[in-house]
Amino acid sequence: MTNSNGTSNSAAPASGALAPEEVMRYSRHIIMPQVGSEGQRKLRDASVLVVGAGGLGGPVALYLALAGVGTIGITEFDVVDLSNLQRQILHQTADVDKPKLQSAKESLLAYNPNVTVVEHPMPITSDNAMDIIPNYDIVVNGADNFATRYLVNDACYLAGKTLVDGAILLFDGQLTVYKPGMGCYRCLYPDPPPPGLVPSCAEAGVLGAITGIVGSMQATEVFKQILDIGEPMVNRLLLIDALSMQFREMKLRRDPACPLCGDNPTVTELIDYDAFCGSPPIEVPVPAAAGASS
Amino acid sequence: MAVKVQVTSVIQKAVDGQREFDAEGGTVAELIDNIDTRYPGFRGQVADDSGELHRFVNIYLNDEDIRFLGGKDTQVSDGDTISFLPALAGGA
Repeated sequence: MTNSNGTSNSAAPASGALAPEEVMRYSRHIIMPQVGSEGQRKLRDASVLVVGAGGLGGPVALYLALAGVGTIGITEFDVVDLSNLQRQILHQTADVDKPKLQSAKESLLAYNPNVTVVEHPMPITSDNAMDIIPNYDIVVNGADNFATRYLVNDACYLAGKTLVDGAILLFDGQLTVYKPGMGCYRCLYPDPPPPGLVPSCAEAGVLGAITGIVGSMQATEVFKQILDIGEPMVNRLLLIDALSMQFREMKLRRDPACPLCGDNPTVTELIDYDAFCGSPPIEVPVPAAAGASS
Repeated sequence: MAVKVQVTSVIQKAVDGQREFDAEGGTVAELIDNIDTRYPGFRGQVADDSGELHRFVNIYLNDEDIRFLGGKDTQVSDGDTISFLPALAGGA
């Protein structure tokens, strides 16, 4: 977690030398001049919040953990359903009916016990977003509804955090990175669609592997942000069509008329996003094993 | 004036399952009229009853959002590509 000075509180000492086990584990990263030992320590010192431990959040969190990102926060309130297992790689058949957060944490720590997984076992809402998001360096969006997407966008802008955004449906994927002051989700889509007009993955379906493509790209953008390398997907929107396997890129501009990040903002605090999107409030399911959520 | 039109999965069903096809028109509005003539109901995917473009569907002339050009009056030329991109919210 990041403290008020912007430095890290991860388990290993900040900027401390890598342990022999870390040098061996991360050797394929460390050997690259763009990462090196210093970059690996930056990854260890970083804290990243992943919104949702589902289709996108799974591969994002997995690659962050494998790479040794020191603190990985996850917001997730759902339980594992059999229908999740076609794509959600952190959960297995034996995890059905378990809280996804529990199953995600177990998977991540099994891959890499060096990382800290911070659990936020609730939906992210206007009431708690500003208690959670400011504690992290970077936020990754794996939400599955418009209300949460506008909420996370607004909270990241207000907290001054970079948001690595991805979305999927059917055979399509989208990827972009919002840096405060350089355009936001409201610049891209000023209004949400009326409820029911754009189907969800549950209603229309989604190719399991597209979650891995987009989630891996989101993780890549996080690494670039932490390591300060390459050209981030800022002011660019990547469109992925898995059927034709065509990748196209569109310009994404800050809209001077944006109510959040424009020249005369009217959204200066979090609002009621269910009302904004015309969507019903999120229902939190009860895990089969009472008290299993930790 | 032949313009290449590209749509994503959400709109694909409104244009006979195509991802890409040609359409005619000198502006984005004319292009939408042309597509709607061939595929009745298409207009409703991208605009409301008064003809105003939905704010949750982006339209790009090549790689530029037409809201930063001339909106529905944006001129299009032979060889241009127009893309219709509704918002996606899937993540789970």
